[in-house]
Amino acid sequence: MLTEFGKVFAFILTAVMFVLIAVFAAKLIRPARPTKEKLTTYECGENPEGSPWVKFNIRFYVVALIFLIFDVEVVMLIPWALVYQDSGMLGFLVGAIFLILLGLGMAYEWRKGDLEWARPKITPLVLTKTEPPEEKQEKELNLGE
Amino acid sequence: MGIGEIILISLVKILLIISLLFLTVSYLTYFERKISAWVQNRIGPNRVGWKGLLQPFADVFKLMLKEDIVPEKADRIIHLLAPMIALFVAFSTFAVIPFGPEVHLFGYDIPLVVADVNMGVLFVLALTSLSVYGLTLAGWSSGSKYSLLGGIRSSAQMISYEISMGFSIGGVLLLSESLRPIAIVESQSGWMWNAIVQPIGFITFLVSAFAETNRLPFDLPEAEPELVGGFHTEYSSMKFAAFFLSEYANMIIASGLIVTLYLGGWQIPYIDLLGLPSGLVALLQVGAFIFKLVAILFFFLWVRWSLPRFRYDQLMNLGWKVMFPLSLINIIWVALLIMIFGL
Amino acid sequence: MTLEIVLFVIFALVCLVSGILMVTRVNPVISALFLVVNFGSLAGLYLTLNAQFIAVAQVIIYAGAIMVFFLFVIMLINPEHEKRFLEYKPQLKIFAVAIAVLVFLQIAYIILFSKPSEGVSREVAASVKAGTIEQIGRELFTKYVLPFEAVGYLLLSAAIGALVLAKKKFK
Repeated sequence: MLTEFGKVFAFILTAVMFVLIAVFAAKLIRPARPTKEKLTTYECGENPEGSPWVKFNIRFYVVALIFLIFDVEVVMLIPWALVYQDSGMLGFLVGAIFLILLGLGMAYEWRKGDLEWARPKITPLVLTKTEPPEEKQEKELNLGE
Repeated sequence: MGIGEIILISLVKILLIISLLFLTVSYLTYFERKISAWVQNRIGPNRVGWKGLLQPFADVFKLMLKEDIVPEKADRIIHLLAPMIALFVAFSTFAVIPFGPEVHLFGYDIPLVVADVNMGVLFVLALTSLSVYGLTLAGWSSGSKYSLLGGIRSSAQMISYEISMGFSIGGVLLLSESLRPIAIVESQSGWMWNAIVQPIGFITFLVSAFAETNRLPFDLPEAEPELVGGFHTEYSSMKFAAFFLSEYANMIIASGLIVTLYLGGWQIPYIDLLGLPSGLVALLQVGAFIFKLVAILFFFLWVRWSLPRFRYDQLMNLGWKVMFPLSLINIIWVALLIMIFGL
Repeated sequence: MTLEIVLFVIFALVCLVSGILMVTRVNPVISALFLVVNFGSLAGLYLTLNAQFIAVAQVIIYAGAIMVFFLFVIMLINPEHEKRFLEYKPQLKIFAVAIAVLVFLQIAYIILFSKPSEGVSREVAASVKAGTIEQIGRELFTKYVLPFEAVGYLLLSAAIGALVLAKKKFK
């Protein structure tokens, strides 16, 4: 089996070589005449405004968290799937309980609205007694959408 | 077979497949343009060479002659690394996809796959889980707001659909009882194609494959009207070409996976009943693999030029609320099928 | 045999160098990347030991999921804040050094004072088969049915707990 992995390794090495050649070969013939204007960040022709590393929506973080847990479940399910045919009723029960637990986790997230990709709430421009700093924070967080 | 012969055969296969991949990828861009022209009632590229057939080479030379601009605010090392990661991940996946049966050539038995790894499908899953880095890092390192948002979006999209992709593959493994791509192909003999046995899984995998390759209707990472170029806004010259090529290479690999996992790979149903000579059968089977691959690729292009783009909340809802439960239902469906019919 | 040793040396070296670079880099994104490289070479080491499932799980879960999550966190919290925080409270570094020394002592203790068990070679020969994923699946149905389901429960509670904590912090 190690020889098969060796072939994979050789394939990957060759792929890397090709990629390196493709990316660096052009260095010999292409021009390099940087000017200050050229090197500024593109922002629709305007001068770049503020830090490029803007704050993005916290939801992305929550999605990564949910993904992390379900990814582990995917990996756990694979050994089960491979021997399922030999294991009869027991295999079915074991898998069913595991899937039910998985489904419960999903149901919980669904119910709590974590699978919901909320669209930004556009707050109407009516000045009420709500605290303004909170509103500002919400706007900042919603930049990612 | 001696060790020298194994190395020689492997090297020939590796070089052949990688150069073929490069060629196919560059011609895929040509076909994309031709098909888009056909869909939109235009002519498409027709100046460079006969019917524009040399267009891909012209494109490559154009990109090579372009200046490589790295913005001041960018992180130079990661800016260079990101497209290379994207391309490298895209290309190495092909090592485990079988494109034909074992053939006898010059007195050797040569399996038509680079490496017959006994956990090939998991290898593919592992590499797709790494492909997130190329886009995320490109977005982060460019030092541009558009790039950052494009990169973040694309990684969130890819990880969301990776889950349903993994569970769909679970359904295939239930039937094949093996992670070897060759065994998976062989488990779909006759008309027992997984696309027919488990249509739900086929659909979830297909949709996830579209999302993983960032193709329209899922191309939000580079949604032109709002994010300019998305994660590759600040890329030019060969680095841009690397992203461009990796997108098309990913498409070929996704199609190869769909054919291997769901459409019976290189198999032609009941071809062994015709009593043809084995060499001809092998040739026909490789032809069948290529035909299926091209059909799925055409489907990719066709969808791109026919459907509008999703909104981001629609995309995430589709991934988590439709595809994810469907792929779970698919696993239960296949498990029940095996229980009842003992497939 | 010699091939395995060569592979071991290569992967171990990559592991070591990437680990050191991960700790010494200032930019947290580059540190995270070196950690990914480290995980990759660890997976290679597992492969040479024929522990295929663990190798793949290492790449899929650690390199593919946890590190993506880390990257998101790094991008979310501005690294500059972190730097200023450390400059403001340099005594926090003492904790980091203390924990590192503790872990190092632990590893040194294990290496120096633990004896290799009897009949290692026989067990190694048996483990060549044990690493394959099919074998792990079979074990799951004979010996480890309950732990497998317990993992399911654990992941369920992790899913709920993580979200409760995450939302509490950012609401």
